Amino acid sequence: MLLVVMRRLLPLVCCLAVALAVGCAESETAEELAQGRLLFESQCGSCHGPTGGGGRGAVLAQPQLRRATDDQALENIIRRGIAGTEMPGSFLTPIQVSSIATYVKTLGRVEPEEIPGDAGRGAQMYASLDCQSCHSLGGQGGIIGPELDDIGARRNAAHLRQALLEPDAFVPTGFLLLRVVTGDLRVLDGVRVNEDAFSVQFRDLSGNLHSFWKDELETLDKLWQRSPMASYEERLSPAQTDDLVAYLVSLKGSP
Amino acid sequence: MKMLILVFLLAIAPPVTAQVPYERILDAASEPGSWLTYSGSYGAQRYSTLDQINRDNVDQLQVAWIYQTRSTQKFEVSPLVADGVMYITEPPSDATALDLRTGRPLWSYRRSLPQGIVTCCGQVNRGVALLDDGVFLGTVDAHLVALDAKTGRVRWDVEVADHTAGYAITVAPLALDDKIIVGIAGGEYGIRGFLDAYDPVTGERLWRFWTVPGPGEPGNETWSGDSWERGGAPTWVTGAYDPELDLLYWGTGNPGPDFIGDVREGDNLYSESLIALDPDTGELQWYFQFLPHDIHDYDSTQVPVLLDATFEGVPRKLVVFPNRNGFYYVLDRVTGEFLVGKQFARQNWAFGLDDNGRPIENPETIPDRDGAVVYPDDDGAANWYSPTFSPQTGLIYQNVRETGATYFLADATYEPGRIYMGASRRAVTDEDPRGFLRALDALTGDLAWEIEVRSPPWSGLMATAGGLVFSGTTEGDVFAADARTGEVLWRFQTGGAVYANPITYMSEGRQFIALAAGSGLFNFALPTSPARR
Repeated sequence: MLLVVMRRLLPLVCCLAVALAVGCAESETAEELAQGRLLFESQCGSCHGPTGGGGRGAVLAQPQLRRATDDQALENIIRRGIAGTEMPGSFLTPIQVSSIATYVKTLGRVEPEEIPGDAGRGAQMYASLDCQSCHSLGGQGGIIGPELDDIGARRNAAHLRQALLEPDAFVPTGFLLLRVVTGDLRVLDGVRVNEDAFSVQFRDLSGNLHSFWKDELETLDKLWQRSPMASYEERLSPAQTDDLVAYLVSLKGSP
Repeated sequence: MKMLILVFLLAIAPPVTAQVPYERILDAASEPGSWLTYSGSYGAQRYSTLDQINRDNVDQLQVAWIYQTRSTQKFEVSPLVADGVMYITEPPSDATALDLRTGRPLWSYRRSLPQGIVTCCGQVNRGVALLDDGVFLGTVDAHLVALDAKTGRVRWDVEVADHTAGYAITVAPLALDDKIIVGIAGGEYGIRGFLDAYDPVTGERLWRFWTVPGPGEPGNETWSGDSWERGGAPTWVTGAYDPELDLLYWGTGNPGPDFIGDVREGDNLYSESLIALDPDTGELQWYFQFLPHDIHDYDSTQVPVLLDATFEGVPRKLVVFPNRNGFYYVLDRVTGEFLVGKQFARQNWAFGLDDNGRPIENPETIPDRDGAVVYPDDDGAANWYSPTFSPQTGLIYQNVRETGATYFLADATYEPGRIYMGASRRAVTDEDPRGFLRALDALTGDLAWEIEVRSPPWSGLMATAGGLVFSGTTEGDVFAADARTGEVLWRFQTGGAVYANPITYMSEGRQFIALAAGSGLFNFALPTSPARR
């Protein structure tokens, strides 16, 4: 019941909240919203969650979007993607882009999710688990894993929890573990940095860069959907996992 | 005596910089140092008999000069070379003549374009046609322009179609005897496709063949209701010509709207077809429809390659066609008879082809509201970039794209000049899209060898009598492979993605290879001897 009331009130609230961030579409029609929702669910939902709650993609159910600072920026991102991230460009008509943008702006009306756990204890957990040997925060730490400065803005709590428990199922797009056997029969594991038809560059798990012409290698195996991070399921209690997730969700980066 | 006359004629002939009469193009094989038409010859094999650069020395190939375009759009040019001058187009719709000795521009034609040009896939251009002393250029605002080859000055400029309704020209025109053939793009905008011929002197239109027949014309019954009016079937890749049969061959693109077939029930002729026309009248002589009622946007706009061979014991005139839909076709080019259809790339949209070459389609790949996974995606297993055929090896070479996407059905609403498509696409992300250079037996389509490159390529190919095939990659590599074995013998990282076709030519006794990558047009040659430096 409360939800229903909220929904009725929310368009007004949105216009106040969103107006500051992205302006308010005055001519947002029910038809356009329905079309936008349909497209969002098929095109965006698999990463951003069916209602924008995030997942592999950023949480969009928030009044202010970090990168889409106005309507034009939002449409540009939907159209062209964000270079250097997993957000791809799209193959949509201007009308479709516009209707998705209209729908995305309504997602800010959703209540933020409740997260169990204590971010302070999670921060200690982060340090004690030596996460920084692979991940970096504030410029400190390793470079094998994704940078975590704004991980809480890019991933929702459920996704982060699952990524800790089942790393292989939540490998970021474009992250690829390689195993190569060199001409002198050394076996090297690493994360792909770049590759073309004739060469490959990767970092081993200590962060050292390797570059090979492919004809210098005996074998080059691509280990899709494999993470160098071991599961934390056995290593953390449910409460400890909650704390770590709460800490990661609190990492929003600079606006 | 003959020699004396020849000497005399040469002595009195005025200095000619660009006289490319039809007869020279017809006989292009006799001057392999030039590159006079889009595919090198009317037969469109993109094969050169030059062999100064060959398997033994190609590893010494190096950059001789680079021309940089000012545009950041895809540089899809296939250059032409005649009499010491290279003629190129630059995106969006510019043309430039370059001095072959130095790479320096001699003139440029810079077109002022109106606002609001719509093209599905970039404001690009694939090259000019040369005929007599004219240079012919199609533009993204759907005009055909004739330039003076010596100066770049405009001789005439005619509107081919209304760009505000989604028509555009990206194709390199084809010069035949006394006519310029030009196709049209706009298959994603609800255009009605056609192929045109123009008088090279006056710019007058000589004929138009509608690739979507109107009421009362044969084939119109393959379109439900008035859907033919927006039926697409564009003609945006340069075709081939057989002077003996006097037949013009051209591929046609997807029916409109893309992806959604319910609004255009029927086979949708002559979309997704190879058409053979009488070049004097534009009348249809035969057609072969690769893909009736296409709902995957697999334009059959590839370069038709003409070759003569003994097929199953009988000498035949053939046309072969590695199609964007993932099948390789061999047809009789006299009659259009289907001879061979063989899968050459990953695909799931068809279970195979029947005895007449008609696909047996997989209904699970029809776009729906829940999303249908389709291989290849709508960029295809092949695309506009050229294949090549080497008579030395009997192999046809094709750059192959292997990547899929999920298609979600959507409503398509026609508005002039607005995109007209019935689905949205989501890329498959849990695998690397893959790219290959594949060598196929030209008569059977059987795989002879392949080279895996990184991403699906957008580079055309060229084979030479030096025993080589030249290619490029999306990661910026340009390379030469042994045409017989696929061994890579030379490679060079240009730093820019290749969206272009290679050519070769001679300049001052040296063979050059030219291929655009990024915004640079790279010209490679063997090192000059110290004495010449």
